[in-house]
Amino acid sequence: MVETNNDQFLSIKDVSTAFKINGQYYDAVSNVNLEVKHDEILAIVGESGCGKSTLATTIMGLHDPEETKISGEIDFEGTDLLKLDEKGYNKFRGAKIGMIFQDPLSALNPLKRIEDQIQEVMIYHTKMTEKQRHARVIELLNEVGIDDPERTAHQFPHQLSGGMRQRIIIAIAIACKPDLIIADEPTTALDVTIQAQILDVLRDIQKENHAGIILITHDLGVVAETADRVAVMYAGQIVEQGTAAQIFNEPKHPYTRSLLRSMPQRDNENDELYVIQGMVPSLQKMPKEGDRFAPRIPWIPASAHEARPTMHDIGDNHLVRCTCYKDFYFPDQVKEGAGHESN
Amino acid sequence: MWKTILRRVLIMIPELVILSILVFLLAKAMPGDPFTGSINPKADPAQIHHLMEIHGLYDPWYQQYWNWVVHLFHGDLGMSYEYQEPVVDLIQQRGANTLWLALFTMVLTYAIGLPLGLYAAHHEGKLQDTLVRVYTYVTMSIPFFVVLVLGIWIFGYALNWFPTSGSISATATGFGATTMSRLGHIILPGLLGALFGTVNIVQYLRSEVIDAKHSDYVRTARSKGVPMKDIYRHHIFRNSLLPIAAFAGYSITGLLGGSIFTEMVFSYPGMGLLFLNAINFRDYTVITALVLLYGFLNLMGTLLSDIVLSIVDPRVRIE
Repeated sequence: MVETNNDQFLSIKDVSTAFKINGQYYDAVSNVNLEVKHDEILAIVGESGCGKSTLATTIMGLHDPEETKISGEIDFEGTDLLKLDEKGYNKFRGAKIGMIFQDPLSALNPLKRIEDQIQEVMIYHTKMTEKQRHARVIELLNEVGIDDPERTAHQFPHQLSGGMRQRIIIAIAIACKPDLIIADEPTTALDVTIQAQILDVLRDIQKENHAGIILITHDLGVVAETADRVAVMYAGQIVEQGTAAQIFNEPKHPYTRSLLRSMPQRDNENDELYVIQGMVPSLQKMPKEGDRFAPRIPWIPASAHEARPTMHDIGDNHLVRCTCYKDFYFPDQVKEGAGHESN
Repeated sequence: MWKTILRRVLIMIPELVILSILVFLLAKAMPGDPFTGSINPKADPAQIHHLMEIHGLYDPWYQQYWNWVVHLFHGDLGMSYEYQEPVVDLIQQRGANTLWLALFTMVLTYAIGLPLGLYAAHHEGKLQDTLVRVYTYVTMSIPFFVVLVLGIWIFGYALNWFPTSGSISATATGFGATTMSRLGHIILPGLLGALFGTVNIVQYLRSEVIDAKHSDYVRTARSKGVPMKDIYRHHIFRNSLLPIAAFAGYSITGLLGGSIFTEMVFSYPGMGLLFLNAINFRDYTVITALVLLYGFLNLMGTLLSDIVLSIVDPRVRIE
């Protein structure tokens, strides 16, 4: 399917985010390129510490400028967000970009009524009267599936369950109909049945508002259920990117394949789960050169990796980092005929 | 909310009864009798025996306790043996002195402590913050009485800026002059007390504000596009004041309790000094009355803290 360029309202170009640790800067996100279109859910997956949340906070501009160094360009509807000052950024936050956080229990101010917390975002971005704002609050609470909006609006966060609070956070994020919604692990803190409900709410909202959603998660089940496109991150880099079908049906990068294999399946519940060897390198110990995933697949010869791994388009916008995917095999499986994947 | 307050007041009643019994029994357990020292030592023991009898001191303890309670409810706490004055009058005079000093100290403490704590937290990790923290650590590591003695020596004797003892100058007459004289007597002890009191507030507020600054709900507010200045006003400041508000109830207890250190070093005739002297002179009626009063004030302080908290924190409310 060919998309028009107008649909691409967010493009992240060569963005790196470095944190200052003991006076030195270390990349938590390196040279990420991504596009988000209207009406799509882009999932960013990866294990804890791979930089996916850092990327989200970078888009939102929430990093402390004294502790971080950000380079690259984030083009949002023609504006480079990274060139904005705090005041300029505030015109985007809440209005054009909404954010949903991981922990609904702590993301709401415990001392303020739900109504006030939702209205706050409208006060800064709209000229609505108090009455109009109240009407919008009730409308939003209905939209996110709260049963008794009038009552809930008047309550305090501690009176609501985790699932309800996450719905409130979503209501805040969508209050001003943003074009982009960043959902940073929105279901991690919730139990499974509530997870499904929250994902439903997200999907409905996206259809209604034609928003683009960046869904950050480490849960491949959630990705399979919701995402249109998927970017897999490892150690601050995107290692594979494609449609959900491409990623789940024809995963190429060794990391993606390992991740999928370490996910419990209904038909392999008696088998031992696959475990990826080693650990994610810490920021300070990140290899400067070569494939960052290479130390975790030591049985693959060094010659299979690129010296400076780049993204390769293997057809239909399916991007894979490094060439090692061509020679990758799992140690417990017999290596199949070389080159069978280079079709 | 009224339900919470009512419940807390009702809980206070048994607490007070138990406290009064304990105080009474402790006083009774003290050795000696109230008369041996106050009348002619050559007096006939039979006469003491007689006095003990007419004052009901041979009655069983619960009957004595009951009499004491009945007197208490009539505002009669007995006579001070040392001052030969009703204890109630003593407490009234000394209480007023302590109240002025403590009020002055408290206002100063909060007026200095709150802005300083906020200022330090706002500049977290920078030079300004370090300076404030150095101040709090230095103040905390010097014993209070050392600072009092140094203060009185420098500002009282060497510079002669402030009076060094008492609560009012003997020569002051007329409303204006007496008020100024009273004020002059509390400035130095008040300032030195505030210097110490602020340390707690600064450190509490600083760490609370820093916690709030990095909290998830502040991040939520930032992602709504709220400017940092407004986030401080609407989110950080109020939430950080919670523990300070709870703390305030207890510090009001101190208003009448008085500071023994300050009053002793400055020979300031307040409750703290009264209590100290009463112990030295074995002035039992005064000791009993004061211990009971302190206990009562503590309970009131807790109650006050709870009420303040239930006003500012919806999580504590019963709805």
